[in-house]
Amino acid sequence: MSEKILYSYTGIFDTPDEIIHAAEKISKEGFTKYDVNTPYPLHGMNKAMNLPPSKLGYLSLAVGLSGALAALLTMYWMSAVDYPIIVGGKPLFSFPAYVPVMFEVTVLSASIATVLGMLFIFFKLPNNSHPLQGTDYMKMVSSDKYGISIAADDPKFDESSIKNLLTELHAKHITAIYYDNEEINHKHNIFEPKFIGFLLIAALFTSGITYFTLNKLMFMLPFNWMMEQEKLNPQHSSEIFSDGFGMRKPVEGTIARGYLPYQFAGQPDLAGEKLINPLPFSEKVLTLGQRKYDTFCSPCHGYNGEGDSRLRGQFPNPPSLHSEKVRNWSDGRIYAVLMDGQNIMPSYTSQLDDEERWATIHYLRALQRALNAKESDLK
Amino acid sequence: MSNIDYSIEKSVIERKVQLRELDELIARPLENKPDKKFFIALLITLSLTGLFLIGLGLTFYYGIGVWGNNNPVGWAFDIVNFVFWVGIGHAGTLISAILFLFRQKWRTGIARFAEGMTIFAVMTAGLFPLIHVGRPWLAGYLFPYPNQHSVWVNFTSPLLWDVFAVSTYLTVSLIFWYVGLIPDFATLREKTDGKIKKVIYSVFSLGWRFSNRHWQHYEMVYLILAGFATPLVLSVHTIVSFDFAVSIIPGWHTTIFPPYFVAGAVFSGFAMVQNVLIFVRKIFNYEHIITLDTLEKMNKIILLTGSLVGYAYAMEFFIAWYSGVQAEQFAFLNRALGPYAWAYWIMVTCNVVFPQLFWSKRIRRNIPIMFVIAVLTNVGMWFERFVIIVTSLSRDYLPSSWAYYTPTLVDGMILIGSFGFFFTFILLFTKALPVVSIAEVKAVVDGAQPTHKDH
Repeated sequence: MSEKILYSYTGIFDTPDEIIHAAEKISKEGFTKYDVNTPYPLHGMNKAMNLPPSKLGYLSLAVGLSGALAALLTMYWMSAVDYPIIVGGKPLFSFPAYVPVMFEVTVLSASIATVLGMLFIFFKLPNNSHPLQGTDYMKMVSSDKYGISIAADDPKFDESSIKNLLTELHAKHITAIYYDNEEINHKHNIFEPKFIGFLLIAALFTSGITYFTLNKLMFMLPFNWMMEQEKLNPQHSSEIFSDGFGMRKPVEGTIARGYLPYQFAGQPDLAGEKLINPLPFSEKVLTLGQRKYDTFCSPCHGYNGEGDSRLRGQFPNPPSLHSEKVRNWSDGRIYAVLMDGQNIMPSYTSQLDDEERWATIHYLRALQRALNAKESDLK
Repeated sequence: MSNIDYSIEKSVIERKVQLRELDELIARPLENKPDKKFFIALLITLSLTGLFLIGLGLTFYYGIGVWGNNNPVGWAFDIVNFVFWVGIGHAGTLISAILFLFRQKWRTGIARFAEGMTIFAVMTAGLFPLIHVGRPWLAGYLFPYPNQHSVWVNFTSPLLWDVFAVSTYLTVSLIFWYVGLIPDFATLREKTDGKIKKVIYSVFSLGWRFSNRHWQHYEMVYLILAGFATPLVLSVHTIVSFDFAVSIIPGWHTTIFPPYFVAGAVFSGFAMVQNVLIFVRKIFNYEHIITLDTLEKMNKIILLTGSLVGYAYAMEFFIAWYSGVQAEQFAFLNRALGPYAWAYWIMVTCNVVFPQLFWSKRIRRNIPIMFVIAVLTNVGMWFERFVIIVTSLSRDYLPSSWAYYTPTLVDGMILIGSFGFFFTFILLFTKALPVVSIAEVKAVVDGAQPTHKDH
């Protein structure tokens, strides 16, 4: 018994009037570390105990305002800076539309912060090992009695005078409350094999469930993703049509959007007359032309168009592109060769698109000029 | 055990009652083993919940094509149910926040219960926007978070405001509820003898020790939360009404929607609280905590909000006529006389006509009649949302795209099942937690506060 550390002396009162009188008296005596425990808040107790007004309002105000500002800035950044998107002609920063969300975030952040602040910072809860907990005193004040508890670490604390004071106030059940020795001496042993085993099992269990959910459950029917839905691929056969094809051929004469068919197939001279190179002569065009030329033309015609290619000797020799004939061809005439092919040269319609063909022709012209420069080029 | 005479229906607020008796009375449902009736009730609600789950399963498996929604009526039962259930929740916050700010003592007996209803109703409501997207497992994209597409949500959309409003509402209601429960958990912790129960109550009471140094901050927090929850409850249904009011469909695009929706929400919410309270006070013998006076006051609020809703109906017609907009005028004539006239007149009868009976004090204090009127109010308010959503969508500007909406069996299963889902939680709540706030009722019992005669 003597080893026990005293926490406080407690007294019980029957009516609210008595407790408020007792609180006033004890506060007047100059005690500071005492507490009144009542089953519900009593009006006037703050005054009797000389408690300063609660400062929690400042916390809610500060957090609420920060929440509002954070919401506004976040929405501004998301919709006007990071991913600007115009909806219904509204301005990117449309403040009225942000008000509802701002309000909700304000209320949410302030409420959570106020309650958490009260419980965990102001009250230092959870605290289930407080000396008052589990005593008869707590049993009484939790139901219908009003109790007062004067802590032993109060500077004015003196065992006998406290007892006298409480008796003087007509308190009942005057008892001393001690710290629970067992609780004070208890050492938390987090490295206990049992505890570590529990952690391991919990870790295994959660990872297993997560793995199963993400990798198995989510991919089971009908929780499939859009990619895996039933559909007919171009090469698949189907029973819908009598010919067994999955896809239909377009109606004869169908022209794809944004595509003009080549009108001069088999008429290279007409093409040479009618077609004009639409591309301007620029460095960008030439670079594109060079790349395409090096890829598709140089294997046979050589890098400089002289017909001295890597395939020489294994193949009928392709002609030099610097011949009088080719030099005098119009751009359109060369275009016709690219479209139709010539002799054993195949058509290059699928390898080159329209722009690339014209760019290649520009590059070819540049090669021809390089070997056959006119006097005007020297200027 | 107790010597309270239940036949005398006098409020604990007026009557000198032993506080310990209150503890026992309120904690008794938690200590006794649930009886046969409870299990029968639970069986019924659970089977309805089963129906709900089957409806949801069919919806998720086959897609929302199993619903009756068609081309002009893209929103139907799903959004009707959403707005209905969000509305049910509003009574709880109103009772716990607004009546608290007005210092209404009679609210203490029903506040805890109504707050619980709020949470379950908002939970039920939250499911509907989730299922109406068809692929609820992708609903995470509704929240602004840095996803791999680096696209942000559209903050100018009222549907996104809904996400924030409903989730905030649920969170704040939960916090409010839990803060109120902490002292009660502590009381139960001291009262109980069961070992497991003691651990559970200790954990949830966080070691609350009824200290007045704590009560002082606690009361401040309660005031702050009530101050936050009051505009919040108004904002939630206002934002829900924006879903409609911000679009340009005739019959939706009106400025009366926010106050009209809030009044309707309070109306249906109080009716639902009334329905359930009548059973709770009977089953748990709480007649002198939840008195006839309390029920009568609730009826007065139902009468008030019912009249507000009736005014709004009339005002919609007036504004449609006064605006001179042809499409608007047609929309309202179509509601009253068109193919959905049956739904419109059910709504008007249930919402405007029947609550007016509460002008009579005899009816206001007659429990069977008030129960029937409250049920009819909920029917009427459900139809109000149905009328607003379905009639406006089924016939808008373009007569060539008009269509009649008919719900399917799955729609019905989900609607009925949602009630089972809600009432299952209510039933479990009555057995798991004190449905009346012990500390709050104690504080307003006669003689509970100091008289200050010697100051």
